[in-house]
Amino acid sequence: MNTENYLKDISEIKSIMNKSTKFLSLSGLSGILVGIYALIGAYVAYEMISEYSAEIGKTRFNYVSILRIKLILVAFCVLAVSIATGFVLTYRKAKTNNESIWNGLTRKLLVDFCVPLFTGGLVCLILMSKGYYGVIAPATLIFYGLSLYSASKYTVGSIKYLGLAEIILGLISFNYIGYGITFWAIGFGIFHIIYGIIFYYKHDRN
Amino acid sequence: MKDILLHINKTFDHRIRLGIMSALVVNESVDFKSLKELLGVTDGNLASHLKALEKEAFILVQKQFIGRKPNTKYSATLKGKDAFKKHIDALEQIIKSSQL
Repeated sequence: MNTENYLKDISEIKSIMNKSTKFLSLSGLSGILVGIYALIGAYVAYEMISEYSAEIGKTRFNYVSILRIKLILVAFCVLAVSIATGFVLTYRKAKTNNESIWNGLTRKLLVDFCVPLFTGGLVCLILMSKGYYGVIAPATLIFYGLSLYSASKYTVGSIKYLGLAEIILGLISFNYIGYGITFWAIGFGIFHIIYGIIFYYKHDRN
Repeated sequence: MKDILLHINKTFDHRIRLGIMSALVVNESVDFKSLKELLGVTDGNLASHLKALEKEAFILVQKQFIGRKPNTKYSATLKGKDAFKKHIDALEQIIKSSQL
């Protein structure tokens, strides 16, 4: 064997180490789309709340529980559409990359992502059942950030920093209870869009 | 130069075996199917190279069942990791010395 072969060996070793530890088929486009959905959702929620505030005083009934259900429905719609978009785009990219979407690696990635996320989901449900609505937005941002951070070791790019940004934003928003929708729009909307654009320029363009 | 060549391990003198070891040293364990996909080789080909590495005690084979499906997991032994590291170091040395 000559040196060129050895060099090839080394680069092959590197590529296999990378491929076997990192899932590469995330797409920046899904980040942008998810961010846009979140902004639309935040806008709809904002309209609902201002409509509700305008109604206060006109009727004698307290419709706040109906408003709450409506807001939760909006949040779930945004979540469902976001997950579906992320899945479809990832699936398509994995197919063109010839990377399998369901293997030991993606399983680990999903577990590491879901443990903090479901913990957070349960915490939020408990908080809601106790009536602590104000802290839901900060809590979701923090737990979502933790999920991203914990899954980031299995993938490339700046997911880690997106996670950290969400955590910091969540901590800040704890000090501004009552501005939940604004912080949600920043964290889930604007941050995702910025992340998506950066990711697109760094990884997707070629 | 002769010294360096001494560390070039004959067992690793094959791309697929090198690939197997690369995947195993950075992962706790990898199952057969994942290795196959990762390296893009046939069952028989992969099995024979795994056998060779197992014979040198460079890898550990764990057979288990997930439900009713048999699942074989492979992990690198300390001896395997050590030998692999030495092999890579030797490769780097050769490349370096040829660039001088």
